[in-house]
Amino acid sequence: MAEPETAPGGAEDPIIEITGLNKWFGQFHVLRDIDLMVERRERIVICGPSGSGKSTLIRCINRLEEHQQGTVVVDGVELTHNLKNIDTIRREVGMVFQQFNLFPHLTVLENCTLAPIWVRKMPKAEAQELAMQYLERVKIPEQALKYPGQLSGGQQQRVAIARSLCMQPTIMLFDEPTSALDPEMIKEVLEVMVDLAESGMTMLVVTHEMGFAAQVANRVIFMDEGQIVEQNTPQEFFNNPQSDRTKLFLSQIL
Amino acid sequence: MSKHAFHRSRAEMLPERPAPLTSRGIIGWMRANLFSSWLSTSLTLASIAVLALIVPGLIEWAFIDATLTGEIGKDCPSEGACWAWLDQRITQFFYGFYPVEAYWRVNVCIALLVPAIAYMLFDRLPYSRYGRWFSLAYPVIAAFLLVGGLGLDVVRTDQFGGFMLNLIAGLVGIVLSLPIGIVLALGRRSRMPMVRLVSVAFIEFIRGVPLITLLFVAIILLPLFLPPEVTLDQLIRVMIIITVFASAYMAEVIRGGLQAIPQGQYEAGQAMGLGYWQSMRLIILPQALKISIPGIVNTFIGLFKDTTLVIIIGLFDILGQARLLQTNPDWLGKVDYETFLLAALFFFVICFSMSRYSLNLEKRLDTTRR
Amino acid sequence: MTDKAPSGGGGFDISRAWTDERARGVIFQIIIVLGLAGLAAFIVSNTITNLREAGLSSGYGFLFDTANFDINQRLLDYASTSTYGQAFVVGALNTILVAVMGIAMATVIGFVTGVLRLSNNFLISRIVGVWVEFTRNVPVLLQIIFWWLIMLALPRVRDSISIGDAAFLNNRGIFLPSPIFEDGSAIVLAMIAVGIAATVLVRRWARKRQDATGRTFPVGWIGLGLIVGIPVIVYFAVGQPLDFDLPEKKKFNLKGGFNITPELIALWLALSTYTGAFISEIVRGGILSVSKGQTEASGALGLRRGLTMRKIILPQALRVIIPPMTSQYLNLTKNSSLAVAIGYQDIVSIGDTILNQSGQALEVISLYMAFYLVLSLLTSAFMNWYNKRIALVER
Repeated sequence: MAEPETAPGGAEDPIIEITGLNKWFGQFHVLRDIDLMVERRERIVICGPSGSGKSTLIRCINRLEEHQQGTVVVDGVELTHNLKNIDTIRREVGMVFQQFNLFPHLTVLENCTLAPIWVRKMPKAEAQELAMQYLERVKIPEQALKYPGQLSGGQQQRVAIARSLCMQPTIMLFDEPTSALDPEMIKEVLEVMVDLAESGMTMLVVTHEMGFAAQVANRVIFMDEGQIVEQNTPQEFFNNPQSDRTKLFLSQIL
Repeated sequence: MSKHAFHRSRAEMLPERPAPLTSRGIIGWMRANLFSSWLSTSLTLASIAVLALIVPGLIEWAFIDATLTGEIGKDCPSEGACWAWLDQRITQFFYGFYPVEAYWRVNVCIALLVPAIAYMLFDRLPYSRYGRWFSLAYPVIAAFLLVGGLGLDVVRTDQFGGFMLNLIAGLVGIVLSLPIGIVLALGRRSRMPMVRLVSVAFIEFIRGVPLITLLFVAIILLPLFLPPEVTLDQLIRVMIIITVFASAYMAEVIRGGLQAIPQGQYEAGQAMGLGYWQSMRLIILPQALKISIPGIVNTFIGLFKDTTLVIIIGLFDILGQARLLQTNPDWLGKVDYETFLLAALFFFVICFSMSRYSLNLEKRLDTTRR
Repeated sequence: MTDKAPSGGGGFDISRAWTDERARGVIFQIIIVLGLAGLAAFIVSNTITNLREAGLSSGYGFLFDTANFDINQRLLDYASTSTYGQAFVVGALNTILVAVMGIAMATVIGFVTGVLRLSNNFLISRIVGVWVEFTRNVPVLLQIIFWWLIMLALPRVRDSISIGDAAFLNNRGIFLPSPIFEDGSAIVLAMIAVGIAATVLVRRWARKRQDATGRTFPVGWIGLGLIVGIPVIVYFAVGQPLDFDLPEKKKFNLKGGFNITPELIALWLALSTYTGAFISEIVRGGILSVSKGQTEASGALGLRRGLTMRKIILPQALRVIIPPMTSQYLNLTKNSSLAVAIGYQDIVSIGDTILNQSGQALEVISLYMAFYLVLSLLTSAFMNWYNKRIALVER
C-alpha cells in the first residue's frame, strides 16, 4: 500500500496517485473513474463547468470528501478510514477555499499560528516568527494583529494562503480562490500564487483564470460530468482543444 | 512533455452508474445514518432500548389496557388509562361552565376567527375590501356573541372557562398589545428623552417581573388603585394585565423589526417631505411589521401557554378543569395523567403548528431579504 | 420641516411653537409627564382612600413582626417565631436555590440534547427533536404540576424505594445521607482547595511550557487527579473523618438524613427540562451558525475533531449562544414563581402567606417585584457587558 507504483504514463516521481476514483452524492455520480497522477512540483489547473466535480476531486485529496471506490495515495500514504493516515496527509496538504474560511474570532497572526502550535507542536515564538515570515511573503505583515473582519477580500485570501503555508505543506490545493473576489483584488491574490508556483510548490488549482493557467500551469485538465475529458499542456489546450466539450467551454469563458 | 500520459482527450463520455450497494438503498442509508461510527452505533442501540422501554408500555397504557366507558373513577381498573370521564367532561374542558345551550355562540366565534385572521394576514383574497372591515369589527362581534346582551342571553364571565378561556385570553392579549406595543417601540426609539425614558422603564419593568406577580396585582392591587365605586369584572382585570404584559414583549419584537429597516428608508421618507407619523404609517411600519410577524407569532405562543397561570388566581381554564376533575372525589387518583395528557395535546397541537408557521415565514423572509 | 428658518436664540413665539420641531418635542414631553403625574396622583389618592376605609396601615414596619408560620424548606435558621422579614429572606433564598439548580441542570440538558439533535444519527436526532418540540410547546405550569403529581404518586414512606439502604425515595421526596464532619475533615476539604490551586498552577505552567517548547500537556487529566485523587488519598490517610447520618426507616416516617421535598424536585425537573428544551434549540442554532467552511478549514489544517470543536466551533458558537441563553436563565428564574401552584416555598409563595396574614398587599407585592427586578437588571447588565466585550473583539 505504501509502496508507490510507477504511474502508467511513466511519471517518475508521482506525489499524488489517484486510480479508479468514483464518488456518489446519494444517487448522483459526481466522480467517474478518475485516474490522475501528479508529479512533484507539478502545477495543475483544473477547469470545467460548474457541477463537473472539479472541487469534489481536489477535496477528495485531503479527505474533506470521502470516496467510495478507487484509491487515493498522497506521498506514499493511502487515504482510508485510518485517522492516522488522514492526519498525516492533512499535514502535507494545504488548502485554500473560495470563501477564505478564516477564523473570525482569531487575529490574522493567531489564524496562522493555530495549526503549527496545536498540530506541529511548535513553540509559540517560533510559530509566530514563521507566521510573520509567510505574512511578509503574501505582503501583509502589517495586518498581523487585525481580525479577519477588518480586511478586504483580497487581503483575507492572502492570509488564508499564508495560514496554509505555515504548516509547510508539500502540496497546495486551491478551490476557486479568486471566485469570491472583486476584479481589482483578483490580481493581488494571483500574484501571490504565481510567486508560490515559481518557488516549486506542487499545486492543484481549480480556477477559471485562464491567464493564470497559461502563465504557470504545466498541465490543464478539463472536467465535465464528473470525468476528466481532456488534459494537455496549456499551449495545446488553449490553441488546439480536441473534444467538442472543451471547445464549447473555452468559447464560453474566453 | 510527451512522456506524460496526460495529453489526451476522451472520445466517449462515461455513463452515470448507480452507487455501490454499500452506499445506497436501505443498507447505505443505515450505514450513513445509524452505524457510521462506534459512537453512532451505540447511540442507535441506546435509542432502540429507550424506545422499546417506553413506547410499548405507553401504547398499552393509553390504548390497549384503557377503559373507555364508566360513570365514576371506580369503574376504571388500576392498570391502563382511564378515559371514561371524556364522555361527561370533554365539553367542560373546552367550554368551561358556559351554558350548554349557548355553545353555538362560541363555535360561531371560532368559525368567524378564521376569515378575520386571514383578511388581516393576506392581501389577495376575494372581497378583501370588506374583509378588512370585517377583521376590524370582529372583536366587537365576538364580544357580543360571547357575553350576550341586546337580545342574546347574558353569560357571566365567571362562566367562561376551559380551553376557550385560554384562547380568548391569548387572542385578546395579543390583539390589544399590538397597537400598544407599536407605540412603546416607537417611544423607545424616539428622540425625546422623556418619551424614551417612560417607554424603557415600562418595558423593562414588565419584562423583569414574573407574570404571576402581575396577575396578583390585577386581583389584589387593581381594586385598591381605583376609586371605590368602580368595580371591574375579574376577567376584565386579568385581560388588562395580560395585555399590559404582552405589550412589553410585543414592543421588543417590533423594535427588532424597526431596527432591521435600513436607514435609507427613513431618509427617503423625509426626503419626500413626509412627516414623522406619515412616514411611519406609510413606509416604515408596514415593512417593520411584516418582518416582525414571526416574532409576533412566537410572542403569541408564549402568551398562550402563559394563560394557564390564571388557575393560580382562581379561574378555571383547561388546566383548571383538569385539576377540578383530578380532585373530584368521584375520580380522585384515577385521571391525573389522562387529563393532563389531553390538555397538553391541546396546547401542543396549536403551539407546535404555529411555531412551524413562524419558522417557515422566517425562512421565506430570510430569502427575500438577501 | 424641510426648510425651517434658523430658529435663533431669543424670544419664544407661541405661534411658532407648533411649527418648530424642538418646541413641539418639549411640549409633547411636558404633556406626557403631566399625564403620568396625574395618573400617579389618581392612583395614590385612591389607594390612600381605600386603605383608610379598610382600616389598614401602610409601610414596611410589619417586616419586624413575628411571622407565626412554618417553612419546612429552608436554607437558613428559621422558626415560626422569626419575623416576616426573615421569612422573606428564606423565600428569596429558596427561589435562588431552585433557580441555580434549574439553571445548572437546564444548561447540561440543553447542551447535550442540542448536540445530539445535530448528530448524524437519524434515530437519536429524531427522538431528541420530538422531545424538544413537545416540551417547548406545553405550558410549563402544566409540566410543574405533572411532575408534582408523579412525585406524590411515589410509594408511601413505609414502602420507600431504597437505594442501598442509604437513600430513600418516596412521596415525601428524596432522603439522602447527610454528611457529618469529624476531626480531620477540614484537612480533606483543604486538600480539595489545594488541588484546585495546584491545577491552576499546572495549567499556567503547561501553557508556558507549550509556548516555549510546543509540547502539550494533559492538564484536564492531571487536574482531575489533583482535585479528586489527592483528597481521596488524604481522606483515607487521616482515617476517614467523614461520617454520614443515614436516613433511618421507621414505620411512618424517616428519621435523620437530609430531605429534598417533592415540591423542590418537581419544580426543579419541570423548570430544567422546559428551559433545557429552549436552550437545546439555542445551542443547535449556535452551532449551526458556524459555517461548515470553518470546520473544513480547520480539518484541512490538520486539526482533529476535538481540537476543531474546542478552538474553532465552540468559541464562535458561544457568542451566538450566550446572550439568548442568559435570557432563558432569567425566564427560568421568573418561572420558578409558579412554585406557588404546588406549594414550594419560594419568595412569591411565602409573600402570599405573609400577605394573607398581615394584609400588607402593596408592600408584599412591591417587595417580591423588586426582588425579580434586581435579578433581571443584574442579568441585563451582564449581557450588555458581554455583548460589548464581544463587539470589541469582533472589530
